Amino acid sequence: MADGQQHLEFERPIVELEKKISDMKDFSVGGNIEFDSEIDSLQKKLKKLREEVYSGLSRWQRVQLSRHPKRPHTLDYIKLMTTDFIELHGDRSFADDRAMIGGFARIGDQPVMVVGQQKGRDTKQKLIRNFGMAHPEGYRKARRLFHMAEKFGVPIVIFIDTPGAYPGLGAEERGQAEAIAKNIQVMFQIKTPIVVVILGEGASGGALGIGIGDRVFILEYAWYSVISPEACAAILWRDAGKGPEAAEALKPTSDTLLELGVVDDIIAEPPSGAHTDPPEAARLVKEKLVTTLKELTARDTGELLKERLNKYRNMGVVRE
Amino acid sequence: MEWFRKAKSGLVSQERKNIPEGLWTKCKSCGEIVYSKKMEQYLWVCPTCNFHFRIPSRKYISLLLDDGHLEEMDNKLASADPLKFKDSKKYPDRIKAANDKAGGTEGLITGLAKMGGIPVSFSIMDFAYIGGSMGSVIGEKVARSIERAIDKEIPLIIVSCSGGARMQEGVLALMQMAKTSGLLAVLSDKKVPFISILTNPTTGGVMASFASLGDVIIAEPKALLGFAGPRVIQQTIGQDLPEGFQSSEFLMEKGFLDKIVERRELRDTCISLLKYVWRG
Repeated sequence: MADGQQHLEFERPIVELEKKISDMKDFSVGGNIEFDSEIDSLQKKLKKLREEVYSGLSRWQRVQLSRHPKRPHTLDYIKLMTTDFIELHGDRSFADDRAMIGGFARIGDQPVMVVGQQKGRDTKQKLIRNFGMAHPEGYRKARRLFHMAEKFGVPIVIFIDTPGAYPGLGAEERGQAEAIAKNIQVMFQIKTPIVVVILGEGASGGALGIGIGDRVFILEYAWYSVISPEACAAILWRDAGKGPEAAEALKPTSDTLLELGVVDDIIAEPPSGAHTDPPEAARLVKEKLVTTLKELTARDTGELLKERLNKYRNMGVVRE
Repeated sequence: MEWFRKAKSGLVSQERKNIPEGLWTKCKSCGEIVYSKKMEQYLWVCPTCNFHFRIPSRKYISLLLDDGHLEEMDNKLASADPLKFKDSKKYPDRIKAANDKAGGTEGLITGLAKMGGIPVSFSIMDFAYIGGSMGSVIGEKVARSIERAIDKEIPLIIVSCSGGARMQEGVLALMQMAKTSGLLAVLSDKKVPFISILTNPTTGGVMASFASLGDVIIAEPKALLGFAGPRVIQQTIGQDLPEGFQSSEFLMEKGFLDKIVERRELRDTCISLLKYVWRG
């Protein structure tokens, strides 16, 4: 991050131009005509600059956008696009994991069970949410809610945004691997539609542990891969600073994921990323979910489960 | 993901524990020096400290299966390079080097066999092949192995040994966890038994998918088992790990294994179990 203003390096020219425009607007209170035409031309310049910057982003820059400090998180989307959210807590076995949230909500008229990782924005919240890294009890809480959704016949909407499942002592003691494995298996058995949206970071088993769906969508500037670029760089290049190189090699960005068939569609973001206009980002996600849920809830569940399995059964590239 | 780091660290430190050559063998765990021919008789388990040396897949095949015979299948499956992945080496070059080193197994041998006269669908992973890392080929071989168990309604046995998913295949490696676990849901629904055998090490994406989904999960003693690698956890918590953390014995104590079984007992234990869970 460049400074306390919370913008990325490549955003700087845009942010500076925006500031210039806003300063001029302040001056022109009272209706100075010369200023207005100047503002008008600057705004055209801004639009062009945005297009230039955002159409030329490297994969690494897109990974950075997925972690933008102002990027909306799961609860922001829930607030902006659902009504009557009732959060449900706990795995009924060990604890309530605050990095994994869930509960009933309505998207339009459609009741759903929404589950997802939650990141914090300030230091205190980041700690409470454990930076969006769930423990086994988080994955087991998610599983409990999946079963509840099935039981009461509501579809499941999942929001993924995690730098990974937490790699700590307690997580290992309580079976992080088992918790994730079991979730993946169970999600193929849950007899209600599942729609997954990758909002920001989709890191590895921590993402996949709530990631099986009849439809999987990804936001334009989100990423999803087997490992984060930095962790990959630390192993293969022996230098975590080689994240940009690793991002090019791993190709974790939405365009490649669509080509590989790992996601079913890309949800466009506002022109300069979700963080520049969260309500619009949420509107675009909601629009996609409403259509998809309408389509999936009309389907026969048995057929849906077969298709769900077949989709993943065919993933991978081998020579024979 | 984070658990990958461990895979690599495991790879480096474990490498030295492979079967050493020569007349005498020094146990890497306790330092005892044993006559190599004697080690062979002990199935490469140290007679002093019970450390289980890593042995090649084919030794397990002769040890576990009737007449030491596996009708091998899917041998022609070979890795592709969907991402055109390149770090210090190109991925196809890594594959070629691994095939030269590990005899063209692509990291997993699979097929049909019998154990105590009971037909089984059997797969075994090979750590010597890029750390047993799971890419599309291993995922596909495991998937077909599960499908054979489903189609023929015969028990499934998988011997795991892996550092996790294979980075060089990116998100497609991750999807192999989904592919295999999804088919295991079908196997489970059909009430066809699955015995998962864990050997040193089994971690990351393999441990977080099919290896953890056995009806019965058995591990060899003192194997390294877990989600994240010891080094990653150390970096996370900023202190040394407790003695024996992530060992078979640790997982047993925490409730994630059914049994710890010594190498020489593995075959008999599996057969005894199969007699209970297979309807024939």
